[in-house]
Amino acid sequence: MNDLESRLSRLTAPDLKPPVFPTADVAYTLHDTPIGTMLLAVANGRVVASSFGDEETMTNRLAKAVSPRVLRQPRPLDDVRRQLDEYLAGRRHEFELDVDLALATPFQRLVLSDLPAHTSYGRTTTYGRLAGEIHKPKAARAVGTALGANPVCVVLPCHRVIGSSGALTGYAGGLDAKRFLLNLESKS
Amino acid sequence: MAPEKVSLPPFQALVDAHWRDVARLARALAGPVDGDDVAQRAWEKAFAAYPGLASAKNLRSWLLTITARCATDVHRARRPQSPLDEAPPIAVDGPDAANWPDPDLWQAVNELPERQRFAITLKYVGDLDHHGVAAALDTTPAASRRLVSDALATLRTKLGVHL
Repeated sequence: MNDLESRLSRLTAPDLKPPVFPTADVAYTLHDTPIGTMLLAVANGRVVASSFGDEETMTNRLAKAVSPRVLRQPRPLDDVRRQLDEYLAGRRHEFELDVDLALATPFQRLVLSDLPAHTSYGRTTTYGRLAGEIHKPKAARAVGTALGANPVCVVLPCHRVIGSSGALTGYAGGLDAKRFLLNLESKS
Repeated sequence: MAPEKVSLPPFQALVDAHWRDVARLARALAGPVDGDDVAQRAWEKAFAAYPGLASAKNLRSWLLTITARCATDVHRARRPQSPLDEAPPIAVDGPDAANWPDPDLWQAVNELPERQRFAITLKYVGDLDHHGVAAALDTTPAASRRLVSDALATLRTKLGVHL
């Protein structure tokens, strides 16, 4: 490439303006919380993700499962962030949010969708008991795996489900996060 | 039967990777006055069309092509009567144009006939090959090559560059 061509390829202008968009089919934001950075996403006014997963993985999954028009737009998440912050400060016991389990498999949906009804604030239940309540008494292990894949963490309280021995067993956000949430609920 | 669904990346990934290139190209194609507007329109069109895309390949050149078409539309809307190659130079009296890097080159590029300016800008600012330039300008790679070499010759004369 000669001098003129390289000057052309470097031709630029200052103060380039990023584009602005209408509300995306899937709007998401990264939200810092005491239990880590969470990716929050809504589609059609419903929460489709509240996750500890990384941005690239989660947005690719959302693009595939919901719509490729996925954009980082904090405004549509204002209500979700506010409720989450209230909950994490111990000032809220229930979420008033609609959830869409678009990222879940049919079995995960079966396990996760009624989780708020099968658990209660400040109490824990076990994988086995939950399996019995959704009429899959032999599927405690599969129930555990489904909870581990919860795309809408905290809002759907998979942290309230523990092993029958009392061991916390596992959590997408790490065991410290699970401990934090259970401590928070037992105090508030 | 529904066509097989193409797996498109999240639109945000396109914005993050390419918005600067689109903005740069739009300024070079449409000048400082209309450039930002052209870039914004191009993104709106891309956003609207994105879910219906048949392929996830060459998304960058797809975006740059839309940008070139939006720049053409703006140009035509401004001067509905004149045939393309006789269109007068674009408006360059933007608020900061004099402070842009390499002002002599900007000036010389802006004075090129529209097709030449588009071809040379897509080739070098957009970093497209002649197939990409040709697709964006609805012409052939051979014609793109000719437009670019004519533009380079004019620029060399104007800028006194002997290469």
